Amino acid sequence: MNSLNVIKKILKRILISIPVLIGVVLIIFIMLRVVPGDPVTTMMGEHVNQTVIDKISREMGLDQPLYIQFFKYVGDALHGDLGTSYRLNRNVTQIILDAFPNTVVLSLCAAVVAWIIGISAGIVSAVHQNKLLDRLFMGGALVGVSMPVFMIALVLQYAFAFKLKWFPISGYGSAASMVLPSIVLGWNSAGSIARMTRSNLLGVMQEDYIRTARAKGLRQNAVMVHHALKNAMLPVITMMALQISSLLSGAVITESVFGIPGIGRLAVNAIENRDMPLLQGTVIFTTILVILGNLVADLLYSVLDPRIREGE
Amino acid sequence: MADVKELRKKYTPDMQSEIGESDTFPDKIKRMFRQNKLAVFSFFVILFIIFAAIFAPLVAPFDPYTQSLKDRLASPNSMHLLGTDELGRDVLSRIIYGTRISLVIGLVPTIISMVIGTILGLISGFYGKTVDFIIMRAADIMLAFPSLLLAMVVMYTMGGGLVNIFIALSLVNWAGTARIVRAETLSLKEKEYVEAARSIGVKDIVIMIRHILPNCLPSLIVLFTLNIPSAILSESSLSFLGVGAQPPSASWGLMVVKAKKYLFSQPWLSLAPSIAIMIVVLAFNFLGDGLRDVLDPYLKEQ
Amino acid sequence: MSVLSVDNLKTSFFTEKGEVPAVNGVTIDVPEGKIIGIVGESGCGKSITAMSIMRLLRHPGKIISGSINLEGQDLTKLSEREMSEIRGSKLSIIFQEPMTSLNPVVKVGQQVSEAIRVHTKVSAAEAKKMTVEVFRRVGIPEPEKRYDSYPHQLSGGLRQRVMIGMAMVCRPKVMIADEPTTALDVTIEAQILRLMKILCRDYGTSIILITHNMGVIAEVCDYVYVMYAGQIMEQAETYDLFDHTGHPYTCGLLRSIPSLSENPKRLYTIEGVVPNLLRLPKGCLFCNRCEEAVEKCFTERPNLYGVESTADSSCGIHAVRCFQYAGEVEADGR
Repeated sequence: MNSLNVIKKILKRILISIPVLIGVVLIIFIMLRVVPGDPVTTMMGEHVNQTVIDKISREMGLDQPLYIQFFKYVGDALHGDLGTSYRLNRNVTQIILDAFPNTVVLSLCAAVVAWIIGISAGIVSAVHQNKLLDRLFMGGALVGVSMPVFMIALVLQYAFAFKLKWFPISGYGSAASMVLPSIVLGWNSAGSIARMTRSNLLGVMQEDYIRTARAKGLRQNAVMVHHALKNAMLPVITMMALQISSLLSGAVITESVFGIPGIGRLAVNAIENRDMPLLQGTVIFTTILVILGNLVADLLYSVLDPRIREGE
Repeated sequence: MADVKELRKKYTPDMQSEIGESDTFPDKIKRMFRQNKLAVFSFFVILFIIFAAIFAPLVAPFDPYTQSLKDRLASPNSMHLLGTDELGRDVLSRIIYGTRISLVIGLVPTIISMVIGTILGLISGFYGKTVDFIIMRAADIMLAFPSLLLAMVVMYTMGGGLVNIFIALSLVNWAGTARIVRAETLSLKEKEYVEAARSIGVKDIVIMIRHILPNCLPSLIVLFTLNIPSAILSESSLSFLGVGAQPPSASWGLMVVKAKKYLFSQPWLSLAPSIAIMIVVLAFNFLGDGLRDVLDPYLKEQ
Repeated sequence: MSVLSVDNLKTSFFTEKGEVPAVNGVTIDVPEGKIIGIVGESGCGKSITAMSIMRLLRHPGKIISGSINLEGQDLTKLSEREMSEIRGSKLSIIFQEPMTSLNPVVKVGQQVSEAIRVHTKVSAAEAKKMTVEVFRRVGIPEPEKRYDSYPHQLSGGLRQRVMIGMAMVCRPKVMIADEPTTALDVTIEAQILRLMKILCRDYGTSIILITHNMGVIAEVCDYVYVMYAGQIMEQAETYDLFDHTGHPYTCGLLRSIPSLSENPKRLYTIEGVVPNLLRLPKGCLFCNRCEEAVEKCFTERPNLYGVESTADSSCGIHAVRCFQYAGEVEADGR
């Protein structure tokens, strides 16, 4: 393994991520402060008098020029301080760190559900291409991807929590309470993953080296497992990384419907309560997670694909 | 020799010319219609929805905003085929009127964001170097945000309402299109006919519009058909969360969230608009898939 | 004595537009230790014949009739499991594109060892030894080091040598080479062809060489079949084919090769195009392009007719599918 090569590639990827990180923070920053309306009025409502507005402006540092605010924020953020929530009177970082693990647990469970179901369905579909099973699975996957998250949430809640009473309607804590939310959140992803796995696998099966493998005398199953899957699964890693972003979006709704105290619900509450620092912190935190996730997936791919690892 | 030619004409007249089989754009569409029944069915479903949207006042049995508190929360019956909501309004009529919102939200921001994305993608791919770097980093930034969260921030700042959703969705979704157009531009840029055109002094912008853009069209058409449902889903999610359409709008997402209270007693109130959303999204997805199968091998690799 | 004989093979593709008879009654005999060539334009069915023999046809292709006899077994009657035991061990094939014919994420040595271990019970270490040995045989320099290389780290010529090694490592009776040198440049091509001749001689493996290049045929083959639109138009010892060409199509092919000594104003081409396999003519498949055609050629299909041959005929007789030669020595009449 050409270590120097790999390290160079890793550094390059990290370097490119930095302007993106900065850009992300900048955009949220600007959006929350500059776009129509004074940030404090947006927070407090229209019917507050000027002295209060000025006081709060000063307390939150909003009266400073924009670039000073930005650098202060970034500086603080690098020390782990994302500001203070005016509404809740707590440190934003602390609020986020309390809520974050819940989202992680939810997302992980959802991801496991999605990947297991998605990849299996995709493989079965590819093996039985164009037969009934394939059409059924792919049809199901497409329907799954077309259902809005809240619809899946409400349907499952009604059917399994209310009517059948197998699971709690909402709340967080027990393993049982995680089942429905995980399925809801994983539902869309499972559909996407199934479709992508199938098309990757079918694409790989058309490749010449599969023909060579069979010409050598390998049986169909052995070919599938030893040759096709290895190649088809590489893009799956990228696929999983792409899911992080949509999982987090989906988590917003899932947490709202099932009352799970995660980051998604935090963001919704922040909007309802007009809590600007909290919203800012939540969105920036989440986006940075996505960027890091993509970076890790990228690096993983570089290491696993010998064409990239060993260089051209 | 002359003999042979006459014999050929006599016995094998249809083998005299060398015309091969062409596979033009209309041919491809025809092939899809022949083979992919689902895509065709979806196409007609979409036409039906467009019809319902345009002729809503004629099609809907009731006015979607008329309240009738004595009739509230009625189950589906012969007068109100889908029952009434918490303010006594006819659900079916509201769903029919909701097609207008969904279609407009689906189409307009998608068109705008794709136009922006195409322009940026062309510039990025064609000129390369610094311009490309900047545009692509900007695209990376836009793509890093979980879509719903970004839209939520925009709605927070601008306030709720459909017009603001329009603006939000138009400005935020250009990055995917830009990447794809850039990729196609990069590969087309190297083709000889582009080099030839440049060498005789054809202006860059003309090259982009006349040579490169037409080749991007198949991908763009597929992307368009697939971006519409995602815009519709974004709007309904935002409305569900309360930062989107405001009452008394007949937005399907809004209908679902208002009906959430009554989920266990009157489930159809939440179910009907949800199914409506699903049908529209499904139709566009099937159509988009069908188009992708015939139009664009390139997009399959995305 | 034939080690492989294909008897009146017919393979068709059942497409939406109808049945495409890609291989339309082909009979081939492969004697032991000889190199047999199959030559023809793109689309004439030579590759499909090869895939039919290997039973690796892709949907919607099917063998509809005929038999393929390898050492007494009819390959068309074998189950998939039985066939996979034969592939790679008694019967092997190498393809045109060495670039894409090897799995990019597996080391080349392991891919060849896999071919060994699928058919014989040896340990991994033993298989590795055999692989390195075969790498040496096919002329790959530094074979132990090359074992651990990935395909993208090798040149086209080396990759093709790996493929040949993979195909030869189990000492097959017959190796099919489907356009093995088309994707390689001329100097490498010469080396590979020379390698194949040496392996044929050393291992006693018969080779079926498929190509569209008459020069390659002349260089390497003992006996040649000329295919057109799914049928064999002419078959002969190489010398006879070039010096006593029978079929107008073969003549056309030979005339199309540009010569350095002549200096024509225009290069010769055979007029017309290959027939659409969905709408074949009633008569000879070459009738619409043949300069020597007569009325009968357009209404009846000729059989293969034997021709007087001056050569040694150890591989087979000289036969031509053309009415010009009907009435001479009858061949197998199909």
